[in-house]
Amino acid sequence: MPSYLFWLFATVMLIGGVAVVAFRNPVSSALSVVTCFVGLAGLFIGLSAFFVGVIQILVYTGAVMVLFLFIIMLLDLKDEAKRANSIAPVAGGIALVLAFVVQLVGVLSKPLPNQAAPVLDKASMAAAAAGFPEKGKIAESLNEGRLPDVHLIGHTLFTEYNLPLQVLGVLLLVATVGVVVLSKRQVD
Amino acid sequence: MPDIVPIFIILTKIVILTFVVVLSLVPVAVYFERRFSAVIQDRVGPNRVGIPLTLFGAKKDFHLFGLIQPIADGIKLFLKEDFTPSHVREAFYWLAPALTVVPALITVCVVPFGSPLTLPDGTKIPLVIADIDIGPLFVFSVASLSVYGITLAGWASNSKFPFIGGVRSTAQMISYEISLGLSIIPVLLYFGELNLGKIVQHQAENGWLLLPLWKDGSLCLPDLQTALFWIPAVISFFIFTISIFAETNRMPFDLPECETELVGGYHTEYSSMKFAMFFMGEYAAMVIGSALIVTLFLGGWSMGFTLDAKIADWNFAGFGIAGLIHLGVFLTKLIAFILFFILVRWTVPRFRYDQLMKLGWVVFFEAALINVFLAALIIAAPDLTKTILAVGAVLLIAVTAAVVWVAKVSEEKPKLVRA
Repeated sequence: MPSYLFWLFATVMLIGGVAVVAFRNPVSSALSVVTCFVGLAGLFIGLSAFFVGVIQILVYTGAVMVLFLFIIMLLDLKDEAKRANSIAPVAGGIALVLAFVVQLVGVLSKPLPNQAAPVLDKASMAAAAAGFPEKGKIAESLNEGRLPDVHLIGHTLFTEYNLPLQVLGVLLLVATVGVVVLSKRQVD
Repeated sequence: MPDIVPIFIILTKIVILTFVVVLSLVPVAVYFERRFSAVIQDRVGPNRVGIPLTLFGAKKDFHLFGLIQPIADGIKLFLKEDFTPSHVREAFYWLAPALTVVPALITVCVVPFGSPLTLPDGTKIPLVIADIDIGPLFVFSVASLSVYGITLAGWASNSKFPFIGGVRSTAQMISYEISLGLSIIPVLLYFGELNLGKIVQHQAENGWLLLPLWKDGSLCLPDLQTALFWIPAVISFFIFTISIFAETNRMPFDLPECETELVGGYHTEYSSMKFAMFFMGEYAAMVIGSALIVTLFLGGWSMGFTLDAKIADWNFAGFGIAGLIHLGVFLTKLIAFILFFILVRWTVPRFRYDQLMKLGWVVFFEAALINVFLAALIIAAPDLTKTILAVGAVLLIAVTAAVVWVAKVSEEKPKLVRA
């Protein structure tokens, strides 16, 4: 990714993130989260992780935040906009931020074991293609010099992490059934 | 500066494909809509707007079959007073129309409009702005952003009926995104590919998904597996097309702007160009939806019947013209599908809101899920033993029967349970 694109999307993301807490109106805050997510998706796409970036927009921006916005609008939170900040939550928030900054400094001050980022050129891709079935789509597009990120994610999920994936599916099913049961129980 | 040329080519493609091809299809679609609806309702429709020669002393106007009507409509909308009611939330009120148009136009960038153009020196220019490997997912994700425009419009108008329209639209679009996404999984399983350009290329060589009548450059009947796959393909086609109708808020699913219940729906408080942008957003979404259907199911730019290989080498003074022919073919298919959209709008009455939700959640969601399993079974069949295949088929039938039974049972009024 050209570095100016990185700075652009990082700035978009940070502005969105700051705006979430700065705005008093809940709808504005929700839209700032959306801006933040779009910036994050831009960063993912810049790292050649097209699938992750697009899923970020599809799931979080296009579905989760829409439902957030939906609820906020239905509740029509007028008091929130007027409420003054009390000291305790602000202090708590700042303390949390400081804790994360300290952690970040701690991590960054140590030399990372593998400093050089992996290069994404034709030679390294062709070398990686040797690890996959020869006639398959993954090897084919790696040899063409394209990163088949969707196929790679699918391959990893369904070979190495098949059981966790199935368990996750059952978990989601249970959650869905639970919601239906709870919402169908009616009082007369 | 060699870097300038590719950037210039990309910019040209963006300008031509977005603003000349897709955006000018919007007024064309409006014109077709008005004339075609007139035909359906046994009226004449707008047929007068042309070159007003009588102003310059001629005996008769030159009416051009009313083809200039959309331009007149556009000028009317531009010149209207741009009125902002005093009770709206202003920032969001201005933001909302832009948020409906922009996502629809961004999605243009992954649609392959034709096969690559060949220049005299042999370089090929693909007729797609961004040839990325996640085509349909990109379209879904960006198109899902357009729900913000409608929701915000309803909320920012700060008035009752627009708000209900906005809320309806949110629920509707989220519900139908599920069946939209699930319904194309069989298609993606079949192609094993998310790059729209490669999907179309595959269809040009091996038969369109809904018309598999040729393979490897010669006309023939499909083999058993392809013939069987036609069934899930048709089911996906139906679910996908109807979900696109719901996603674009077109009749028979235009509940967010249902006049009989909601005055004008989410854009009641909008006037002039801001209203026109909602209008444009709806039509642009319709154009992109049609483009996606044509690309996935009906062969995109390919002419089919093995004609593509024959015209591939045609050229005019060194320029390969196959790409331009394919562009024409694509636009013809696109306009035919837009006409289908219009035909449906003017012949099918509007759904009730509960019917809409039931169709989305009870019928399409389940049908799409079962369809995924059916497609997977057919695709995996050559690698499976007969026993596993039989077990799979029996399981599939059992699951289908169970789902139909559950849907039937849930139709009955639920008993009231004490909490």
